[in-house]
Amino acid sequence: MAEMENAKGSTLRYACGNVLSFFILILIGVLAFSIRLFSVIKYESVIHEFDPYFNYRVTQFLTKNGIYDFWNWFDDRTWYPLGRVIGGTVYPGLTLTAGSLWWLLNSLNIPLSVETVCVFTAPIFSAYAAWATYLLTKEVKGTGAGLTAAVLLAMVPSYISRSVAGSYDNEAVAIFALIFTFYLYIKTLNTGSLFYATLNALAYFYMVCSWGGYTFIINLIPMHVLLCIVTGRYSSRLYIAYAPLVVLGTLLAALVPVVGFNAVMTSEHFASFLVFIILHVVALVYYIKGILSPKMFKVAVTLVVSVGVVVCCAMMAVLVALVASSPTKGWSGRSLSLLDPTYASKYIPIIASVSEHQPPTWPSYFMDINVLAFLVPAGIISCFLPLSDASSFVVLYIVTSVYFSGVMVRLMLVLAPAACIMSGIALSEAFSVFTRSIKFQMPKLLDDSDPVPGDITSANSVVQSNQAKVEKHSAADKSEGTLKERPQKKSKKKEKEPLEKASIKSQIEKKLLVLPLESSVLAILLLVLLGAFYVVHCVWAAAEAYSAPSIVLTSHNHDGLHVFDDFREAYAWLSHNTEVDDKVASWWDYGYQTTAMANRTVIVDNNTWNNTHIATVGTAMSSPEKAAWEIFNSLDVKYVLVVFGGLVGYPSDDINKFLWMVRIGGGVFPHIKEPDYLRDGQYRIDSEATPTMLNCLMYKLSYYRFVETDGKGFDRVRRTEIGKKYFKLSHFEEVFTTHHWMVRIYKLKPPKNRIRGKTKKSKSSPKTSASKKDDRVKKNPWH
Amino acid sequence: MAKTTAKDAQDLFRALRSAYAATPTKLKIIDIYVVFAIFTALIQVVYMGIVGSFPFNSFLSGVLSCVGTAVLAVCLRIQVNKDNKEFKDLPPERAFADFVLCNVVLHLVIMNFIG
Repeated sequence: MAEMENAKGSTLRYACGNVLSFFILILIGVLAFSIRLFSVIKYESVIHEFDPYFNYRVTQFLTKNGIYDFWNWFDDRTWYPLGRVIGGTVYPGLTLTAGSLWWLLNSLNIPLSVETVCVFTAPIFSAYAAWATYLLTKEVKGTGAGLTAAVLLAMVPSYISRSVAGSYDNEAVAIFALIFTFYLYIKTLNTGSLFYATLNALAYFYMVCSWGGYTFIINLIPMHVLLCIVTGRYSSRLYIAYAPLVVLGTLLAALVPVVGFNAVMTSEHFASFLVFIILHVVALVYYIKGILSPKMFKVAVTLVVSVGVVVCCAMMAVLVALVASSPTKGWSGRSLSLLDPTYASKYIPIIASVSEHQPPTWPSYFMDINVLAFLVPAGIISCFLPLSDASSFVVLYIVTSVYFSGVMVRLMLVLAPAACIMSGIALSEAFSVFTRSIKFQMPKLLDDSDPVPGDITSANSVVQSNQAKVEKHSAADKSEGTLKERPQKKSKKKEKEPLEKASIKSQIEKKLLVLPLESSVLAILLLVLLGAFYVVHCVWAAAEAYSAPSIVLTSHNHDGLHVFDDFREAYAWLSHNTEVDDKVASWWDYGYQTTAMANRTVIVDNNTWNNTHIATVGTAMSSPEKAAWEIFNSLDVKYVLVVFGGLVGYPSDDINKFLWMVRIGGGVFPHIKEPDYLRDGQYRIDSEATPTMLNCLMYKLSYYRFVETDGKGFDRVRRTEIGKKYFKLSHFEEVFTTHHWMVRIYKLKPPKNRIRGKTKKSKSSPKTSASKKDDRVKKNPWH
Repeated sequence: MAKTTAKDAQDLFRALRSAYAATPTKLKIIDIYVVFAIFTALIQVVYMGIVGSFPFNSFLSGVLSCVGTAVLAVCLRIQVNKDNKEFKDLPPERAFADFVLCNVVLHLVIMNFIG
C-alpha cells in the first residue's frame, strides 16, 4: 500500500519536474533572447560591424532573386576586376536560415523587412543554443546539470559578443549547430539508434553549411572514438554513432559548394577516415572475439598481427606519401595556424593581421567566461566520477577547445559552450551534495522539537515521513530565493529525491558523504553569491562591452554623450554622389560595408581570398602619391576611402592598421620594406617619422588639411602632433570628409593630357568649394 | 614453424566456419549483402584506378554509396543480432525502419551529388 503511494508520488513528482523544467527552459530561451537586445535598445536595429553587412547583402539578394540565382551569383561589385562567385565561396547556412525565416514570416502575412529578420536571427538562435546545451548536458549528467548549463550558456559573455542583435554572422547559427551536433552524437552513442545517427549527420550538414569551424567537429568526434577504443570502451553503439556519420557526413559536406571535394581531399578530414578504418578493424576483432573460443582467438591474434603489421606499415607509407605530396601537407593556412600558433605570423600576414586571430590575453578569459573558469576544473572532476562515454566526450571537448582558444581569440567562442557545460555539471553536483546533506540533517533537528507522528512501523514509512519533511524544508528553501538559478535547484531536488528513496541502503551509503549542516548552508550561500556575480558580470558585458554596433559609435564626455555616425554618412554620400559603376578603393576592412551600404564596386573586401590583390592596395597605400595614383588608375579606381580617427580618437583607423598594409604589400611587392616606415623600430607619425612614412599616400590622405582643425595637428589616437602639417595633394582631391573626419573620401584627378609643370595650385580650390560639405568640414565639432 | 602456423590457420578457419554456421539465416543474408556492397565498391575503385577519376563526384558518390550501404547494413546487423545484449529492448521492426530511413537519406544525397 505504502509502496504504491510512494510510486504514485514519484510519478507525480516526475511530472511536476518535467513541467517545471519545461517552463524553466522557456524562461531560459526568453533570457537568452532578451539579454542580447541591449544593442537594439541602446542604439538602433542595425547590422553590426563588417562581415554581417556582407551576409545581409547576400540575404537581400537571396530573398529578391531566389535560391537558384543565389547559387549562381557572380558578384561583379567586389574584387574588381576579378569579381567573386558568391554562391560557391560562401557558407550558405546563415543566409538560407534567415532567408527562409523571412519567407516563412512573410507567407504568414507578417511583413518584416529582411534587415529586421537578420538583426534578430542571432538572438533567436542563441535561445536554441541554450536549449541544445540543456539536451547535451542532460545526456551527460541529467536534467539538473542540463538546466544549469543552459542558464549559464544563455548569458555567457563570450557567446553574447558574437550573437547580440544585429551581429548577423556565421557564428550566430553555427554555435547552435555545433552544440546540437554534439548532442545528437552523444544521444546516438547512448541509445545506439540509427535514427539519431541520421539526424546527427543532418545536423552536421547544417553545421558545414554554416561555418568553417565544422572541421572542429569532424576532428573532435574521431578523437573521441579513438579515445574510446584505446581505453577499451568500444561498443557497438560507438560503431553506430560514428560509421554512418562519416559516410553520410562526408557526402553531405561535399554537397556544400564551398567545401566540395575538400571534404575528401584535405588533411582536416583525413583523421576521420583513418579512425573510420580503425573502427572497422576493431569492430571486426570484437566480432571475431565474440564468436571464437578464447584459445582459438589467441591463435587468430598471433596470425593476424604478424600479417597485419606489414599491411599497416604499407598503408601508413602510402598515406604519408599522399599527404606529403601536397604543398602545404594538405592543410589550409588557417588550420595550420591552429596547430602551430606561430605559423600565421610567420607566413601569412593576412591571417595574422586580423585582431580576432591573435592569441588571447588572460584578462580576456576572465572577461569572456568569468566565473566559469573556476568552475570548469570541478566539472571535469565530476565528469570523471563515473566516467561514461558521454562524459569522456565532454572532457575531450573542453580540453581541445581550451587549447584552440589559447591560439585564437575568436575560438573562445567554441570554448564557451564547453565551459558552460562543465560549470553546469559542477554547480549542479555541488548543489545536490549540499542540499542532500541539509536534507539528512533536517529530520534530526525536527525530531528534537516534535515527535514523529503515526509511527506505523516499517522503514518505508519512516523514509516517507522523512521525505515529507524534506518537502517542507525545500518549500521553505524555495521561498528564500532571489536568483534565477533558484528554479533549477528546485527541480534538481525533485530529480534527486526519487533516486534517493529508491533504496535505503544507498541512503545509508550516502550518509557517509554528508557534510555538516552549517558548512553546507554556507557553501550554498557562497555558490549563490558566485552565480549572482556571474549574472551581474554577464549583464554588464551584454549592456556595455559587447553591444556597440561599431558602425555607430558613441563616446561619453564631460559634456554628455556623443554619437558618431560618420560611416553611414560617408556611405550615403558615396551612393548619392557617385556614378553607379565607380570603383572605390579602401583597405579591405571596409569592402563589405561599401558594397552593402554604398552599393559601389570595391577593389578588395573582407573575404581576403586573393592575397596579391590586397597587397596591391596595400602597396598603393604605402607608396608616394604618384606611384599610388598609377596603381589606382590601373585598377580603374575613381575614389579612395580612408578611415581616420585622429580627430575624435577612434583607435582602429587606417593609420593604426597601416603597418599591416606595408607588411602585406611588401610580402608581394618587395620594393615596399617595413623598416622604411619605422624609426628605430618604432612606428610613429610625428616629426621623427621617416620621410617614406611622411610621403606615403596613407599619411597624406589621412592628415590632409588636418592642421586646419586645431592649428597644431594633434592626433588624439597617437597622442602626438603630426610630423608634416602643410602639404598639398597633386594627384588626389578631397571630395568629402564626414562630420567627425572619421571617413575621408578622395577622388583621383583625371590624367592630364600633357604635363606642363608640376604645380596646379588653382585646381583643388574651386572643386572642393563647389561641394557644400567642405564648409561643414571646416568647423571642428570639438571646438 | 611454417607447418604449425599452417595447421593453426587451418584450425582457425575450421573454428571460424563452425562458429559462423551457428548464426541465424537472417544475419547471413545481411552478411552477404554487406560483402556484395564492399565488392561493388572495390570494383569501382579498381575501375577508377584503370580509367581515371574524372567525374570525381560520380566516383565518390558511387563508392560512398556502396560503403554507406555496407555500413548501414552492419549497423542493422548489430541491432537485430539476438546475441547483442545492448539492443535487447529494440524491436527488429524499429531497427529496420531506422535502416530504411537512413538509406533513403543516404541515397537522396547521392542522387544530388552524382551530377
